[in-house]
Parts: sequence; C-alpha cells; structure tokens
Amino acid sequence: MTVVDDRPATEVGSPRRRKEDARLIVGRTRWTDNLTLPGMLHLAMVRSPYAHARITSVDADAARQAPNVVAVLTGEDVKDIQGGLPCAWPITPDQKAPTHPSIAVDRVAFAGEIVAVVIARSPGEARDAAELVDVEYDELPAALELKAAAADQTLAHPDLGTNTSAVWTFDSGAAGTGGDVEAAISAARDGGIVIEREYRQQRLIPAFMEPRSFVCDPTGEQLTIWSSTQVPHFVRIFTAAVLGIPESKIRVIAPDVGGGFGGKLQFTPEEVITVLAARHTGKPCKYTETRSESLVSAHHGRDQWQKLTLAATADGHVTGLKVELLADMGAYLGLVTPGVPILGAFMFNAIYTFPAYHFTCRNVFTNKTWTDAYRGAGRPEATYAIERLMDELAVEVGVDPLEIRERNWIRHEQFPFTSVCGLEYDSGNYEAATARAKELFGYDDLRAEQARRRASNDPVQLGIGVSTFTEMCGLAPSRVLGSLSYAAGGWEAASVRMLPTGKVEVVTGTSPHGQGHETAWSQIVADRLGVPFEDVEVLHGDTQVAHKGLDTYGSRSLVVGAEAVIRAADKVIEKARVVAAHLLEASVEDIDFANGSFTVRGTDSAQAMAEVVWAAFSAHNLPDGFEPNLDSEATFDPVSFSFPHGTHLCAMEVDTETGQTTMRKYVAVDDIGTIVNPLIVHGQVHGGIVQGVAQALWEEAVYDDAGTLVSGSLVDYTIPSSADTISLTVDQTTSPSTTNTLGTKGVGEAGAIASTPAVVNAIVDAVRHLGVNDIRMPCTPERVWTAIRGASGSGGPSTAAAASHLGAGAPNHDPDSGAATQGGAQ
Amino acid sequence: MTRITVTVDGTRYTDDVEPRTLLVQYLRDRLGKVGTVVGCDTGNCGACTVHLDGRSVKSCQLLAVQTDGHEVTTIEGLANGATLHPMQEAFRDCHALQCGFCTPGMIMQAVDLVTENPHPTEAEVREGLEGNLCRCTGYHNIVKAVQQGAGAMSGGQS
Repeated sequence: MTVVDDRPATEVGSPRRRKEDARLIVGRTRWTDNLTLPGMLHLAMVRSPYAHARITSVDADAARQAPNVVAVLTGEDVKDIQGGLPCAWPITPDQKAPTHPSIAVDRVAFAGEIVAVVIARSPGEARDAAELVDVEYDELPAALELKAAAADQTLAHPDLGTNTSAVWTFDSGAAGTGGDVEAAISAARDGGIVIEREYRQQRLIPAFMEPRSFVCDPTGEQLTIWSSTQVPHFVRIFTAAVLGIPESKIRVIAPDVGGGFGGKLQFTPEEVITVLAARHTGKPCKYTETRSESLVSAHHGRDQWQKLTLAATADGHVTGLKVELLADMGAYLGLVTPGVPILGAFMFNAIYTFPAYHFTCRNVFTNKTWTDAYRGAGRPEATYAIERLMDELAVEVGVDPLEIRERNWIRHEQFPFTSVCGLEYDSGNYEAATARAKELFGYDDLRAEQARRRASNDPVQLGIGVSTFTEMCGLAPSRVLGSLSYAAGGWEAASVRMLPTGKVEVVTGTSPHGQGHETAWSQIVADRLGVPFEDVEVLHGDTQVAHKGLDTYGSRSLVVGAEAVIRAADKVIEKARVVAAHLLEASVEDIDFANGSFTVRGTDSAQAMAEVVWAAFSAHNLPDGFEPNLDSEATFDPVSFSFPHGTHLCAMEVDTETGQTTMRKYVAVDDIGTIVNPLIVHGQVHGGIVQGVAQALWEEAVYDDAGTLVSGSLVDYTIPSSADTISLTVDQTTSPSTTNTLGTKGVGEAGAIASTPAVVNAIVDAVRHLGVNDIRMPCTPERVWTAIRGASGSGGPSTAAAASHLGAGAPNHDPDSGAATQGGAQ
Repeated sequence: MTRITVTVDGTRYTDDVEPRTLLVQYLRDRLGKVGTVVGCDTGNCGACTVHLDGRSVKSCQLLAVQTDGHEVTTIEGLANGATLHPMQEAFRDCHALQCGFCTPGMIMQAVDLVTENPHPTEAEVREGLEGNLCRCTGYHNIVKAVQQGAGAMSGGQS
C-alpha cells in the first residue's frame, strides 16, 4: 500500500479543519433534547410571576386530573428530599446566604422561580396542565435596584437581616505587595491628578443558543443524567451531595452542548427536579426549557457598580488605584456567584506597574435572577474600568491614550513581573502587540480623519477606542483557589489509551461545547506520539468514560486540560521506550523517540510506535516484570494562572444628530502564546469580541419596577445579528508562556474581556469634544443622543472638575435614589 | 387529529397530527429529524430553518398541517448522499461553526440566500442572515463561508 504523507511538519500550529464539524454540518447531532427513551415522561415548570412573595397555597388538583398527567410535585411534596442548591465559593467565613430550594416551598425570591413541576406523557400536555396549577401568593416588597438593596432599604431575604452577603477586600499595603493607596491619593490631590469615576456594568444574559435540557433515566443500576452542561463532573458530585445518592450510582453525560459562555457552568434547580421526577415516577424524564424560561431562569452575568479612584502624577504616571464595587448576586448564590467579582479583583491593575492598589467588593442580594459566571467572569468588569480610566487620564494629561498606557505598562524586558496584587505574569510583550495593532488599524490615518471631521464639524464624528488588556485565566492553581476559599481544586486529568490496531483514544476531563477540543487535542497528541491526526479519538463529557475531570470554563481547557493530555502521552512514550529497548536489544537510555519511531542512538535499528503497541498488546515478548499496558493517566495542577494579553483598537462613527453608532473598523492583536490551531483561535477571538461589543452597544437584562424581566425573549434581549456586526481584523503576536509545555495561554474569554472598553472608549472619543466623558452601557442611540444633548462642556480636561464631579446627573452615576427606583432596576 | 402527507428529505410520510403541532415538533418528535433544532419561542433565532418547496422557512413558525402536500428539506437532506452540499463544505472549511447549534438553520438560510442572489456582497449576506442568530462565531467566518459557498454553488465563479 502506498501511503502519501501529506501531514504538516507539526500538527501544532496547523489550521486543521475541525473533526467535530463533519457531524454538525449535516445535522447528525446529539443534543440532550434529541434524546427519547422508552416510556419517557416530560416536565413543565410552574414559575412564580412575582419577584418576592409568600406562597399561601398551591392547588394542583386540576393539573393532576388533566389528560396524561402522571404527577405534579410541589415544594411541599419534596421539601424533605430536595436538599439545597450548593454554592462552591464562600468568599468569606461569615458570608450570608439563604437556603436555595429547587422548588420553592413557602416563599419565592425572584420572578421565574419554580413552584411546581408537572410530569406528563408529552411536553404539550405537561405545559397545558402547568397552566392549571393554581398558586396563591401574598406579595412582599422586593429589593430590586442594587444601590437601594445595598442600603438595605428592602430586604431580599428578611430572615438574613441584611442584603449584604459578604464584603471582600484586598489591599496591597496590607498584603505587602504594594504601597498604601490612600497615601497615593492624598499625594495626588496636591499637584497630581485624581480621577474619580463610577461605572455601571449592566446585567447581561449569557444566551447560549441551545436552551438547557436535562434527561434522567432511573431504570439502570446507575442513575443516568444527560445534561446540556459545561460541567458534567460537577453535576455528578452535586447530584450526589444534594440528593444523598452515592456518587458511584450516578453517571452524567454532557452530549453535544450548544454553547455555554459560563451560563452552563451551574448546577441547576431544573437538574435536581428532573432527577426527583425520574425517581418519583420510575421512568426516564426530560425537561427542555423554552427560550423565555432560559432567559429568566438560567443565571445572568455582570451587574456591578464600580466606584473608582485613580491617582497619578501630573505627567500621568499612575500612583494608586482604589476600587469599590457593589455586585448584584440576585436572589441566590449559585455555584460560583460570590467569586465572580473576586476573579476580577487582581485584574484592575491590568498591564500596568501601579505601585498601590485597594479593592473592596460588597456582594448584595436582590429579588432578581441570580448572577454567576458569564464569559470573562469578573475580568471584563475590571478591564472595562481600568481601560476607561486610562483614557480619562490621557485626556487629563493631554496625550494620546496609547501614550498614557505606554508610560504605565510593564515593559517586555520586565517579565516575569510580579504585579501589585502579587501575581507573577510569566510573559508578554505589550509593545509588540500594540505596534502590530496600530499598523493593521492605520492608527495615524484614522486620527487624522478624526481631526478633519472635528474641524469641519461633521455631523458624523469619528472616535478611536483603545483597550490594552490582560487577564488571568487557565483556572487554576489548586492552592490559589484554596487560599480564596473555593471548594474545589483546579487541576485537570487525562488518559491516553493505545489501541492494538494503532489507534489512540484520548480521554479528557474537559467538557467542550464548541471549543474544538477533539481537533486541538488530536493535533497535540499526533505530534507527541507521532501518529496521524485522524488516528486520534478524543473522548469526553461522560463520567463513565472520563471519570475524573473539572470541566470547561475560565479559558482552562488548553492550558490545564491539554497539559494533562501531553503528560499522559509522555508517560505512554516512557513505557513504550522500555518495550522498544527490549525489542531492539538495547538499553533504555540509548533509545530515542521521534516522529513515531523508537531508534537506538547511533544505529539504524528502529521500532515504530505501532509495533511497540502491538508487542505490548500481544505480551508475548516483553521485559520481565513489565505490565502489559502502555495506557497512561496524568493529572496536571498548574503552578500559575495564564496571562494572555492584547491590544484592541476600535473605530466608531457616531451620528451626533441621531445618536446612532456604526462600527467602522476593529483590530485585535492578541498574544496568547503558542497557537495550536489558528483557525480555532481566530474563531474564539471573533466570537468573544462580538459578545463584548454586544455589552457595549446592545444587551441589557432589564427589570421593571415590579421585578419582572422585561427583556425576557430574543425580541427584547437584543443579541446581535450578522447585520449588526462587521468583519474583524484579527492577528497575533507570540510570547510563549513559561508555565506549560507548549507555551500556550487561554483564549476563550480574551475577546469578550478586551472589546467592551474599546468600543465605549471609541464612542466617548468621538463626542468628547462636545463635552461628553461617559455614556452608560449599552450605548444605545438614545443614550448617546441624550449624552450629547445633556453635555454642556463639563467633560473637558479639567483636573478640578474631574476630582469632584461625582454629582447627580453625570451619565454613569446613580441619580438620586428616587430617580433610581422610578426607572426600575437596571 | 388531522391527517397530513408530507415529503421530508425525499421520503413521503403520512401521519395524524394535532392541529397545533408545529412543523419543527413534527420533524423532531414524529420523524426523528433532530438535526433541526429549536432555539427560541419567537421566530427570532432561525435555528429551526428548513426549506419548504425549496424556500427557507422557520419551522417553529409553521404548523405541520400547513405542509400537507408539500415538500420539506432539512439539513439532513441537503447533502447528496455522501457528497456534501457546497455550503456545508464552505462552513466546515471556513470554521463557520463552533457549538454547531445554529448551524443547520444557518446553512439552510444561506443556501436560500444564494439561490436567490448567486453573488451576494458581504452586506447582502449580512442582511440575508439577519434572522439567524449565532452566539459563538461573531458571524465573521459565517459571512466568509456563505460567500465561499456561493462561489462553489455557481461552479467556482464567485
């Protein structure tokens, strides 16, 4: 047989077309909702229309009599067996939290909370019967607006006595990692620059395209749960913990999962209820949410007020940064809800050499859908704040925003660099990424055009926005997570199995849902073992196959999960080397391995990996005492976070007569270390950028003053379409990471972290000469128009105004409390 | 119950359906055509897009009974046996999908768009796909794929 070897020299770095796509483009898919099992029953939820109410009665008799209804379960029915939903990240020892029932028993704390479940033979019959469940409520005052809630004006959970869940502080002076921020601010007030701002991170909804779906089959020895989740291993552990089922009796499968973005990093009431229903009826049960249920009950993201004080010298060298956050938890603490702001705590100092830093976050309950991780989780908020502030500082000093960044950033020769938060950034080159971005953007030409348009008083003004971001991802070193009181570790596991026919099975503890791990892991293993890309099969997402893992989130899969794969593959090679030495009658020390072949150093003698694998399988001729098995496992616990960075430049046109904004150009140059598959990397960056742009321009979860989510469908929650977006210019510079074998850094969240401030900076830059220095997100035409009309020359470069402008009426500031509640919770 | 006869991906089916049954429910639950998916309740996301007599429709916006006597093509019937449709090839080649949930609808809409306008500009592609939402790709590679697929559909003359 003639074999034409058209493989690339190395798989790593090659734009391999994805293995996953062969199925996905023909509709040969395994979404959880596709699953049908014999005798399967279907669930429909009855949800509270009230944000806060006492349940006075639940009458399910009519529903129970409806056609083909098998059972109805209420909170009262399951209160002794449903347990409470877990929070895995108590950020302080005295953190307050209400118990979180899957089905509310006597009180509901947000509109959309489940009060009963109908189990019927078809989804339609279940939904029809759900309409017949008669729930009487005694409505209670609801805590909705974040600042009012922080002041305990109305209690979201009266039994707690306060809406404050926890207060978490980091201070560089106290930690010994930097100076005293108050001293820096005092010094800057005397002849330096002090910039005080308050920014709003609006509430967002992850809005993955596949609505969540759960199936539980109770008919086997193990309870099998199919879940559209990012975290099948978490689901297994928490199903065991919450319902008191031995973990060994639970199998969780995440089949094809249609996006997550953090929104499926959760253990949900719907999962528990599906299990309860299956155990109650003894039959497989399925629950698939509608889109409107998804938007109201799957966790939300962001939702912070950020009070910021930046101190600098008169020439723009930052001397200190103080950050005071209010973070809206919503009604309950989900899996990592309280920790989301903390993931941003060490990133407000970003790429800069700030000498003093202070961070405080107050986590506050409201009667709204609970918040939790959404793409970037804490780091987009931090990046937004500091990148907006650096633009303000540039205005104060009177220099270009890139110039002010350069005065403050870590120079490439300073790496590895220990930040004011005590984190060691391993590698980076901000100068190189910025230079490349400026070149691709045509920075100087666009600045010139901006000047021309200003001079001619063009009704359509041009603005240029800068975002030089970094982030910490690759979650995470277990010891660091432990020091932050997170319940679990951050390692990842993998195994590599050598099949007798020469094929290779890679089992990974990561759980991809669009990221292309099957392709990327195949590329890595193909290089490592010298086998064809096509011969590698990647298995994941089933706890009976990949029994050990911590799943996919926080841009961790490549830098942690694939490192475990590499180490498992290396163990295979070490075992095989012993067999090869035996077969070649040489000593192990003299055996080299390259390109899939073992050779005796200095000779022509060689054994292909496939021959060694067969020898180990047949076990006819192995070294004495050698266990006939080349399969290997590895668990990798990273020593550090991953610190990708990049420079994003955005040009926005703003119609000053209508407030309409149009993106003209977007350039992203990211440094994510070594690239395994450039095609996948570009896709991750594109998608991330557009999600971040969507926060800047379009998306907001809006509640009315009764606590009803009014952006509760895709009509009102305006995720962007192809017609709203433009083609992007994406490129990379490379500073390999020094903390893993390949030198990779995380990429999944980078675009979403970087792009939001780039867009808002561009819009503000376009209209700053009209007196605007801030516009609250999302920057809708109405808000832009209002900002332009409302500005009266107050936003220009004036140190005095900047230091004392926290008055009512400034765009991102909470108006007086009356106005805040009048407008409803934002 | 209403009796309908509908041809889906080349096979004639006769079924009694509840009049309220949506086309997408009929395709998924009765025929097992689970390649077509449901992404929203409001006709906004386009994930359920199929062809009805050769033109794209959102199958959550039609009742199954409305397709009586008609011909439906889903993503599962788009390829010609083992030969992928050029638009499917283009989506794979351009990395125009990540999680793949919107992909069936996106490809069906893209084929319809190019059938109507064989040489769409980028702006025309973007307008033509406005009713199909994707949360993963930022649309960049989808737009590229549709233009590449359009070129392939017209015999490589783009």
